[in-house]
Amino acid sequence: MSRLVVASIGPASSVQDGGRHGAQRYGLTVSGAMDRLALGAANTLVGNAPFAAAVEIGPFGATFTARDGAVRVALSGAPRNADIAGKPVAMDTSVTLKDGETLTLGFARGGAFTYLAIEGAIKGEEVFGSLAVNARAGLGSPYPRPLQAGDEFTVDAASGAPELRIELPKPVSGPIRVVLGPQDDEFDDANKALFLGSEWKISATSDRMGYRLEGPAIKHLHGHNIVSDGTVNGSIQVPGNGAPIALMMDRGTSGGYPKIATVITADVGRLAQTSAGTAFRFKAVSMAEAQDEARKFQQLIRTLPDRLRSADTIELNIEALSDANVAGQAVNAMDAGTWQVAAEP
Amino acid sequence: MAATLPPPRLLPSGDSAVTVEFSRTIDDAANERVLALDKALAASPIEGVSETIPTYRSLLVHYDPGTIGFDALGDRLLALASQKLPPATKARRWRIPVAYGGEHGIDLEDVAKALNTTPDDIIARHVGGDYRVAMIGFTPGWSYLSGLDKSLHMSRRQSPRLFTPAGTISIGGIQAGIQCLAAPSGWHLLGRTPVRTYQLHRNPTFLTEPGDRVTFFAIDHKTFDELDRAAEAGEIIAERVDA
Repeated sequence: MSRLVVASIGPASSVQDGGRHGAQRYGLTVSGAMDRLALGAANTLVGNAPFAAAVEIGPFGATFTARDGAVRVALSGAPRNADIAGKPVAMDTSVTLKDGETLTLGFARGGAFTYLAIEGAIKGEEVFGSLAVNARAGLGSPYPRPLQAGDEFTVDAASGAPELRIELPKPVSGPIRVVLGPQDDEFDDANKALFLGSEWKISATSDRMGYRLEGPAIKHLHGHNIVSDGTVNGSIQVPGNGAPIALMMDRGTSGGYPKIATVITADVGRLAQTSAGTAFRFKAVSMAEAQDEARKFQQLIRTLPDRLRSADTIELNIEALSDANVAGQAVNAMDAGTWQVAAEP
Repeated sequence: MAATLPPPRLLPSGDSAVTVEFSRTIDDAANERVLALDKALAASPIEGVSETIPTYRSLLVHYDPGTIGFDALGDRLLALASQKLPPATKARRWRIPVAYGGEHGIDLEDVAKALNTTPDDIIARHVGGDYRVAMIGFTPGWSYLSGLDKSLHMSRRQSPRLFTPAGTISIGGIQAGIQCLAAPSGWHLLGRTPVRTYQLHRNPTFLTEPGDRVTFFAIDHKTFDELDRAAEAGEIIAERVDA
């Protein structure tokens, strides 16, 4: 066995996987990765099941050091500068850290969460089938809390398999798609139109529990108290002050504010990766379209292994580079094909 | 009786869940129908349904749209919901010990003052209630109870507390509650129970189920400490009396 030591890490970083399902009826929060496609891509690169436990790294930098042997890892999600002893490491590729080597990650350049998957996956004691950290309930393994410097993972020694890259589809841009409801009838047409027609920004006070949205105040028809009912990932509830909150992976299982709309499954990860302060819009789609997109998303996760390529045949993604230049952001050609390009430096 | 109730509404909760809503208000009859549909689904599972969350007035059904679509699932849920309610089965009843007042129930005196009576009278009214677990939510094991004595109905606190201790027994609005983990709360804290409705390495992990009956009985603070130690060691100290 090797060890991967967390030499340094910022806040909002924790072990996450596909989440804890089956006990929401007892109030048990689901948790799990904020961006499931990125989790799946990182895991696929090192031969793990797509939703195996990996390190979810928040917007700040981090460093990881291999000890007692080599460790093979892969990065996907919010792009950031990464290197091993000054040699750049690309997003969406696997790389092997030799014993004693350190992987250094910079700040996320657009988006929020980057996933570091480890060959053989993170090991720990599952609770309800998951290692995902839920700090409020004291759950998660090997550490039931966000990661700190000095934490370490006992991991498989690197297999020596050839390094891979993964060709993800061109990032979807445009509005975050929602299905109206379950309580859209708690709002009149003007306020529904205001919700769908306005520009929104994610507040800096957002976290894994919920993303607070800054924009116009949305008014309720009958006040903001409803009798608590169940929530899902992407439920958009409107509390008394009219500022919507999109419920994310650490949401409570029930809530007592009217929910005007629900983000479609295929777009929850995109919303999760929208940086605080970046303007975006919502768009209502039909149930048929939402479910079609959900099935396509499932198919994408299932077929991630088909997207693996040898790491030594890197082709420049000209289209993504050009998009990036439009956004006014210099990007590394090696990671231009990933999710997000920062709107601001 | 079921035939006289209107059919539930199907409310889309995104592409992978549907809310089956029986009522917009807290209503025991609606809650019974929620729990009946939940049971019916457990007895005759629908392929693709992964998880259900019963609440006061609705059943949230999580499903896989890769296996079943919204319309097909909705039809089957409505058919199940229209079935006659099964004859009431014997509910489990839990007798829950509570240390009232003092450090364990810091709002007891204020509640008594607000209702123009004595702390002992508040305890008597709270202990006198016959409660039902309507739903579990918010944090693990947080059991929301219907059946609070009408004379104890009062608005929640103006400003919620950021911390209330594990085991808090509280009232808020027309509801009563058993809280398991420390959590923020805007309810009035009457006491604490050493009972853990959720304890990770115990079998069962979760003590209460929606539909269970609950009554409380008062214990002194010394007994609280003794029972608390036993509960911490994994003993189930709530008394089960099947109704």
